[in-house]
This record gives sequence, structure tokens and C-alpha cells, in this order.
Amino acid sequence: MLRFLMNRLGQSIILLLIVTIITFFLINLAPGGPSSTMRMDATAEERQAMVEKLGLDEPVMVRYIEWIGNAFQGDLGTSFNSGEPVTQRILERLPYTIELTIFTILISVILGIFLGVLSAIKRGKAQDHVINFFSVVGLSVPAFWLGLMLILLFSINLGWLPSSGVGSRGEEFSLWGYVSHLILPVLILTTTVLPNIVRFTRSSMLEVISQNYIRTARAKGAKESIVLYVHALRNALIPIITIIGMLIPRLLSGAVITEAIFGWTGIGTLIIEAARGRDYPLVMGVTVVITIVVVVCNLLVDLLYSRVDPRVKNV
Amino acid sequence: MEVSTKPILTEDLDVKPSQGKTSVLKALRNNKVAYGSFWFLVVIHAVVFLGPLFWTTDPDTLQDAGSLASWSLQHPFGTDDLSRDVFARMLHGGRVTLIVGLAAMLFSLLIGTVVGACAGFFGKVVESILMRITEAMMAIPTFFFILVALTVLGTSPAMVILVIALAGWMEIARVVYGETLKWKEYEFVEAANASGATPFRILTKYIIPQIVPSIIVSGTLTIAAAILTESAISYLGLGIQAPTATWGNMLQNSQQYIWTAPVLGVLPGVAITIVVLAYNFLGDGLRDALDPKFVKK
Repeated sequence: MLRFLMNRLGQSIILLLIVTIITFFLINLAPGGPSSTMRMDATAEERQAMVEKLGLDEPVMVRYIEWIGNAFQGDLGTSFNSGEPVTQRILERLPYTIELTIFTILISVILGIFLGVLSAIKRGKAQDHVINFFSVVGLSVPAFWLGLMLILLFSINLGWLPSSGVGSRGEEFSLWGYVSHLILPVLILTTTVLPNIVRFTRSSMLEVISQNYIRTARAKGAKESIVLYVHALRNALIPIITIIGMLIPRLLSGAVITEAIFGWTGIGTLIIEAARGRDYPLVMGVTVVITIVVVVCNLLVDLLYSRVDPRVKNV
Repeated sequence: MEVSTKPILTEDLDVKPSQGKTSVLKALRNNKVAYGSFWFLVVIHAVVFLGPLFWTTDPDTLQDAGSLASWSLQHPFGTDDLSRDVFARMLHGGRVTLIVGLAAMLFSLLIGTVVGACAGFFGKVVESILMRITEAMMAIPTFFFILVALTVLGTSPAMVILVIALAGWMEIARVVYGETLKWKEYEFVEAANASGATPFRILTKYIIPQIVPSIIVSGTLTIAAAILTESAISYLGLGIQAPTATWGNMLQNSQQYIWTAPVLGVLPGVAITIVVLAYNFLGDGLRDALDPKFVKK
């Protein structure tokens, strides 16, 4: 068990290092790299001063080692554009994204398992077809377009929900103000992962239902509801934990678009600002932090998995 | 689209491969949604690629009808904010969008097949390295890297295709890897091996042809994903740039006119959705039709 976790931890650290190396070299070696980011009207002396200040005159390898050394101490550098520490800017934004994704995961998992099981039980019937149809539709609609249409309907036409922002925070906190700002973003983000959970639950459930021990349970005269919910679902749920782990990168990618539509001040809008402003230290920092988040989530999923499925412990 | 399955010994198999020659299309015929999607896609591609031969209005020329004109005979979908013909832009934009989707898919397919087949066939170190890379790529939110890459490398169509492809080959690699592992155990592969065929020959002549159905399924679903990714990066302003029309950047452009000319935003959105939907239905249908688990007994 401990060995399994240490193994995974080691893999995660290697993954993290590879991600930082690729991103760092991509940014620093590309023709549009940091040295091209200075203002167009900068004089030659200004450029030189900037290059020295940012340490751009040193070889990339040296800069990378310096950067990674600082990163391990929690210092991700200083933002080009705002002059604030990158770590601080990310930590300001991260909670908003975490909030958005946690609500989305909760709703997607509960709804996804429910719909997936329903679809499996009613295999080939109308419910199954309807759920399947909407799953494929959910996978096919561009999230931002759906967001746009929902804003048109609920914010502009009906005026029920705000079209952007994170709601009232701090002093004048109101529950409705808070919830109403969450509804549309969570809804959009949910459509990006819910179909996967539904389809995966369905196939996992169907797989389990076809096993011999389910036939045995039926043969010994257990009620159909007990067979399904006690015998089948418990085992069908195990692989679903993995798919949730696999969906976290997808969720964070989806968060970029969702945050952009609704002006949600999370890490997604931060990377868009950073990319548009060519704020390379910030781009680097966000990428690293996002990878850390994913790696930590994956470790948690592994841990959970080994708790639920006794077979994993021996691996 | 004929897929031939080599005659193999079937006694010791728990699944029976389809007999003789199976036409992919024939296999699809039982699934009405997928079959319909296939023909729908044929029509859409014909309209988008051949349409400009008949609808000769230039997509970038300013029209006399003025900006945001509503529909008329000269301009079936009206004109956009710069008084360009929306119908012509939909056709030309569709061309770019579909080509980006197809090209990104082909490139993803190439990477995925090579990685998966090599990992499955050679095993050992090759397998460890290639599959760990694949898993690592699957574990990171690739969209962030797409944004970073396009920011530093620029947004030319070729770069957009390349970046989307590099972010989307992992699923294919896993499928091909699994299939290669399965097929390399068969006698006809062993026989080829024993008769001294090179690994390259065994892979290309014996193993990959068996995997073609799975590759077609993955490819179909990859096009759908690639089109969605293209539209998403266009939405963020990092996709193929104006004046070249794509459905994605038309959608982005239409946002500010969503009230005065909603059709500008609805059209490309609907176009993307139905094309992606059709590809997804087709891919799902193909998978069910070609998966022995689903073959009716």
C-alpha cells in the first residue's frame, strides 16, 4: 500500500518536472518568447535594461534551474505586467476555480450516476435512448455557444440570472447573489463532464449486470431492486472513481472557457489574461499550479480507489 | 471503405471476428441514427466544399446591401457587421473548420497509431516510455498547453492544426496499444515472425490492418473533438485569425451583435453543433457495429 503510494508520488513528481521543462523551453525558445514582449516603442537601452533585469541574457538551462529552484520555495517569479508576485496572483484566483469545479463535480457525479444507472437498467427502452441522445448532444455543443445562448435567454430575455461576475463577496453577502452567479457557470461546466460520467456509469453497470454473481443473486430469488442497488451498483461504482479522476483535467480545461464566458475571476481567466498579455512568468506559474492541482487530485483518486477496491492494495 | 478481416483460427477465441469481408457501411445500416449521420456528413461536406463553385460571392468582399442586412435573394443569410455575405462566409468558414478538423485528426491518428503500435508490439522499455508519456499527456489539462503554445508559436492554420493534433492523440494511442497487444498473440503474426518478416512489415501488413476498424472509430470521434477545440480557441481569440473565416471565429465575432443580428451567432453555432453531433453519432454507431460484444448472437 505504502509502496504503491510512494510509486505514484514519484511518478507525479516526474510528470511535474516534465511539464515545467516543456513549458519553460517552449516559452523561452519560441520566436515569440519573452524578449519579444517588450513595448514596441522601447529604445535599445530600455530593451537591454529589461533583458538584464529579467536575466534573459543567461542561457535557458541556467534560467530554468534558477526558476525551478525558486519554484520549490514557492516563488514563481514576478508578473511582467502587474509587477506582483505570480504566486500571490494565482492564490487570489485559485479559490474561485476550486469553488466552481467542486460544485460541478458534486452535481455531475450525483446526476451522472443516477442517469447512468437509469440508462443501464432501462437498456434499449425510451429512457435509455433519451439519456443517450442528450449525452451525445452534451458532448457536441460548443460550451461557449451554449453559454452565450443561456445568457441570451436567462440574463437578457428573462432577466432572472446575472450574465457575469462572481457575485457579492465580502460584506454585503447575500445567498441569492452568491447562488445566482454560480448557476449558469456550473451548468455550462457540468455539460462538459456529465455526459462522460453518464456513459461510463452506464457501461460499467451493464458490464457488472452481465456477471455471473448477479445471475446467482437473481437465481436465489433476491428482489430486482436489491440485485441492482446492493449487488451491482456497489461494484459498478469502483471504476467510476477512476473516470472522475480522469475527468479532472477535462474539467479544468472546460473551466477556462466557462470562466471566459461569465467573467469568472478564476485561474482560467488568469491564464487567458496572461497569454494575451504575453506575461510569461504568469503563464508558467499558472501551468505549474494547474498541473500540481491535477497531480494532487489524481493521487487522492488513487488513494480512494485503493481504499474501495481491496485488490489494488497488493499491486 | 472496405475492411477485410483476414481468416484466422476462431476456435480458441471467446469472440468471433466478423466473417469474410465486412463493409463498414453495411455494418452501420442497422443503426439508423449513425447511418443518417453518415449521409448527413456526406451532404454537409459536399455543400461546404463544392458550394463555393456555385455560390461565387466572395466571402471577404464588402457588399452593397450594407452591414447587418437581413436575408434576401442576393444574401440568403444576410450580411455581417462589415457587410460581407454571411452565406459565402459560412461556406468558406466551413471549409476551413472541416479541413482543420480532418487534418488534425489525421495527424493525431498518425501519432497515436505509431505510439500505440510500437508500445504494444515492442513491449519492454519502449512500452514503458511511450505509455508513460501517453498517460502523462492524458493527466494534464491540455487546453492550457494549447493556449500557451498558440501564444508563443502564433496562430497560423498549420500551427492550429499541429497544436490541436498534439493535444489529441492519446486516446487513439491507447486504443491501438490495446489492440496491438491482442493481435500480436495470434498465430498468423507468429507465423510471419517465424518466417523472418521485419517488425515494420509485421506491423503494417499484419497487425495494423486488423486495427483499422478501431482506428476509424477513434478517428471519427477525434474529428468531433478537434472541431470543438478549434472553435474554443477561436472563441478565446487564439485561433485562425480574421479575415479568414472559420465557424469558430465567426461565432466569436458575432457575440457583440447577438442582439441586433442573432442569426450571426446562431448559424455558426448550429453548424458546429450538428456537424460535431453527426461525427459523434457516427463514431458511436461504428463502435457498436464493429464491437464484437454488440454483435447480435
